[in-house]
This record gives sequence, structure tokens and C-alpha cells, in this order.
Amino acid sequence: MSLPAIETETKVHRLPGAAKVLALPAPSSAAALQSRVMPLLRALATRIVPPLVTLAALLLIWELLCSRTGSSLPPPSQVINDSWELIIDPFYDRGGLDKGLFWHLFASLKRVMLGYAIAAVIGVALGTLIGQSTWAMRGLDPIFQVLRTVPPLAWLPLSLAAFRDGEPSAIFVIFVTAVWPIVINTAVGIRNIPQDYRNVARVLRLNPAEYAIKIMIPAAAPYIFTGLKIGIGLSWLAIVAAEMLIGGVGIGFFIWDAWNSSLISDIIVALTYVGIVGFLLDRLVALVAHAVTRGTANS
Amino acid sequence: MAKPYLSLESVGKSFSRGAASTEVLKEIDLKVERGEFISIIGHSGCGKSTLLNIVAGLTDATTGVVLLEDKEVNDPGPDRAVVFQNHSLLPWLTVYENVSLAVDKVSRKTRSKAERHAWTMHNLDLVQMAHAKDKRPSEISGGMKQRVGIARALAMEPKVLLLDEPFGALDALTRAHLQDSVMQIHATLGNTVMMITHDVDEAVLLSDRIVMMTNGPSARIGEILDVPLARPRKRLELVSDAAYIRCRQAVLKFLYERHRFVEAA
Ligand SMILES: Nc1ncnc2c1ncn2[C@@H]1O[C@H](COP(=O)(O)OP(=O)(O)O)[C@@H](O)[C@H]1O
Ligand SMILES: [Mg+2]
Repeated sequence: MSLPAIETETKVHRLPGAAKVLALPAPSSAAALQSRVMPLLRALATRIVPPLVTLAALLLIWELLCSRTGSSLPPPSQVINDSWELIIDPFYDRGGLDKGLFWHLFASLKRVMLGYAIAAVIGVALGTLIGQSTWAMRGLDPIFQVLRTVPPLAWLPLSLAAFRDGEPSAIFVIFVTAVWPIVINTAVGIRNIPQDYRNVARVLRLNPAEYAIKIMIPAAAPYIFTGLKIGIGLSWLAIVAAEMLIGGVGIGFFIWDAWNSSLISDIIVALTYVGIVGFLLDRLVALVAHAVTRGTANS
Repeated sequence: MAKPYLSLESVGKSFSRGAASTEVLKEIDLKVERGEFISIIGHSGCGKSTLLNIVAGLTDATTGVVLLEDKEVNDPGPDRAVVFQNHSLLPWLTVYENVSLAVDKVSRKTRSKAERHAWTMHNLDLVQMAHAKDKRPSEISGGMKQRVGIARALAMEPKVLLLDEPFGALDALTRAHLQDSVMQIHATLGNTVMMITHDVDEAVLLSDRIVMMTNGPSARIGEILDVPLARPRKRLELVSDAAYIRCRQAVLKFLYERHRFVEAA
């Protein structure tokens, strides 16, 4: 998925440069502009057109399948019709649970961000401990391997019992969902730091803090970000389910509420938003990872 | 007579895995004078890297001691800078940052910020890499990486410079260029150098003395050869030099007649 994307990006960067060189002997500005813009447009088209075509085809099939009378699900045209208000105004707020989708998504995102941030901090710290210390690994790793297979929602009743409140319970579920991949990937990253880098640190007599900042974190960063990326995806998966159970403002409960009120179109609109937000979260972490690790991963 | 600068006294090393223990090095005695260029040559797996790591302090000797200026060596430190075989530059740092990491750490107390910058650039200049200071290791060639590795080691102003097959992974032309650079640097700075190699020509060209090791297990120093060639040495003139040819033959004889490497079948 991301590999072809990178390839097209490099093409976008290179082609205009080549075009500039070619355009030098004959500085016709219109031609130069065209030769610079055309490849960009073409590259854009190769990335945007195929998914649009696929989307249109899927919508068409869906329309055809669900337009028959007695169909249990609404076709796209009816979804737009039924939920027009929801689609065009995500920001309305009539108090209580009667809010636009933006507010529901925002509430869910807040929970995810809090739980995920705690998971990131504790996950990287625990992963570092396990990666650095053989004894910590022997003691903790088997326990983590068991705990990480517990489905996220199975933690919810226990955390409700412990916190006696939905809000911290939901956050805890996010935490416990996201933390394992972060711990495990960080530990693997730290364990895989080449002996050469450790030797460089030893010859320079770096102290533990310098070692952590200058060698350990950057060397393990690609692994840590793999964990963080898996973690954010799982968090977003878990929040919807958790919110269905705890209620209150949030996209999960919105969907559950819509189901109870038989507003199938609303559910479909909400799912679209859930998908888009999940995708954006994934991209966001990938972007941060790219910025932070620079060229580390490929050398 | 003055005490030797660097001295290895009956250094031995055994690796144990569970109950089994293999003796890799046995009773290595070696005295190195200040400013001397020593090569260690021997067949693959005989324990050259192990010996170098013991001098570096990265590996503990099982028996014996290493003394540098009469002080026992126990830990690694910047006074024994190492150039590793596979460059081991930090890929997330630029060429400049790789060197300045060492400079900042070693001379934070003794140099001002401007002086540290100047010293970093000076060492990059020494290896002719100042032009690529903002490149990352993945953007430069293998020979260039090795140059930066050498600059990083030199920037620590080590008492002894340790090189573990520094040119082993390079093509012949690049290797010759780097050998010339190392000779020039040695002539300018007068460092004490201990270099591991498996290349006979390289050993004769660069060294004042060549330490030849027997095959492992329990490798020891088989012979030490003096290389009585005047410096500066020119590789083209040496090809037909009688002393050069004699040295070369002596090393080849040692490696391929008296201590042939018997490949495990
Ligand atoms: N950490 C280690 N544990 C066990 N055996 C080792 C270790 N390091 C090196 N050896 C063994 O010591 C011997 C010498 O290795 P080395 O010093 O790397 O040889 P060389 O550099 O001469 O090729 C080899 O047989 C190798 O298997
Ligand atoms: Mg070796």
C-alpha cells in the first residue's frame, strides 16, 4: 500500500527537474509550465482516479442491489436522503446526545488520544526495560504474551468494576489494547540494536542518558513506530466497541443508538466517518514516523 | 630503557558456552612503541578481532593484562579509538554529526563550542570528507563511510588507534586510496596504530612491524617481522624494492607454508 505511493512521489519530484533541463534551450514559458505541471497532474491522476473509479463502481452495485423493494439495507441514494442533515452539518449541538457527528468523533478521539498516549509512554518504557534487561524479559515477557491475547473488550467489565465509571474504563480499554504491540516492538527494536552501535557508545563512554538519546531511541525508532502504528489502529477498533457498552457521547454509542432507533442510514454515514478518521490516524502516525526516523530504516 | 607505550602481557582468552570452553588466544605478548604502526595478520577466525577488542577494552581478557602507559586497560575508552570493519556510523546522523558526537563527548570540557566545530571540520578535512559533511551515511560510498569512521576515531585524539580490517569490504582501488590516506595521516600525526588485516601487501606497505598469528584454537604470535622500509613509502616504487619483496615473501611463507589454513571439511 505505501510502497507504490512512495514510488509515485519520487516520480513527482524527479520529472519536473528533468523537464526543467530540457526546457532550457527553448525558454517558452507556456511550454515549460506545461511540461512542469503535466507530470504532476499525471502522477496525481494515477493515484486518485483508480480509487474513485472503484468507489463509483461499488456505489453503483450497492445501489442496484439495495434498490429492490423489501431490501433490508438502504441504497446510497436513500442514505443521503435520510441522513442529509447529519452529512451536511457535523457541528450542530442540541444538548445531551443530540449532537453532530463531529462532536461524537471528537469525544471518541479524546478518549483514544488519552488512552493511546498513556500506552505509548508506558509501552515504550516497558519495552525498553524488556529490551535492555534479560531478567526483565524473562520475568515479564511470558506474562505479556498471555495478557496481550485477551480481547480488549474482555477488560471492560473488570475496569468498570475497578473504576466505577464509564469514562476511565473506556480509556483503560484503549490503553490495554494499544500497549502490547508498543511494548513488544520496542523491546525487539532495542534488542536488535547492532553490537557495533553499542561498541561506539562504549568507546565514547556515553552515560546511560546519552546512550538512550543518541543511540538507543534513534536505533529502535523504526520498530517503536511500527508498534505505535499498530497501536493506534487497534485503539480505534476498540473505542467503537467500548463506547457501545459504556454509552454517552461518542461515535460508538451513536452507532448503537442509531441501531436502536432503526436509523440504518445514520449508521452507514457514521461508519464512513469512522473509516476515514481511522485512516487519517494511521497516516498521521506514519507521517510522524517518517519525519522522526528520516532515512534510518533503509540503511 | 623506557617502558613500552602499549604492552600486552600473556593475554589469553577463552569463550565458554555452558560447560564447553574454547581457548581462542593463548599467551600473547607484545610491546608496541609510541608512534609505531603495527599490523596483525592471520587467517580468518584465528582471533585477531578478539585480540583487538581486548586492547580496546570491549572484551575482557581471561588471563594476562594490557597496559597502556603503564596503566591497566579494563574498559573501553576514547584513548583507544576503534575503526570497525563495517564502518558503524550512526545512520540517523549526518557525516558531520557522526564526528561531532565523538568530539563533543571527548572534549566538552577542554574545547569551546567554536573550537569543537573547528576540530570536527579539521578531522573531516584530514580524510577529505569535509565536502560531504551534511550527507547521511546511506548517501555516501563504502570507502567514504570508512573515511568518516577514521575521522571519528582520529577526532578522539586516541593514544592508540585500533583498526579492525578497515578496508576489508572495499574494492582494490578505493582500498589503495584509503591506504595512502592512512599513511599520510600517520606521517602527519604520528599516531600509534594497531591494524588488523588479512591482506599481505597492505600489511607490508603500512606497517613498521607485522605480527603474524598462528591458527586457532589457542592462537599465539607465531612471528614478528620488522619492515625496514623508509617512509614515505610509494606503492609503485616498492613493487620492485628488494626489501619489500623479502617482507612480502616472509609473510606469505608464514601464512601459506608454515601455518596453512586447514578448512574444516
Ligand atoms: N563472543 C564470542 N563467543 C564465542 N566465541 C567467539 C566469540 N567471539 C569470537 N569467538 C570465536 O573466537 C574465534 C576468533 O574470532 P575472531 O577474533 O572474530 O577471529 P578473526 O577476527 O581473526 O577472524 C572464532 O572461532 C570465533 O568463533
Ligand atoms: Mg575479525
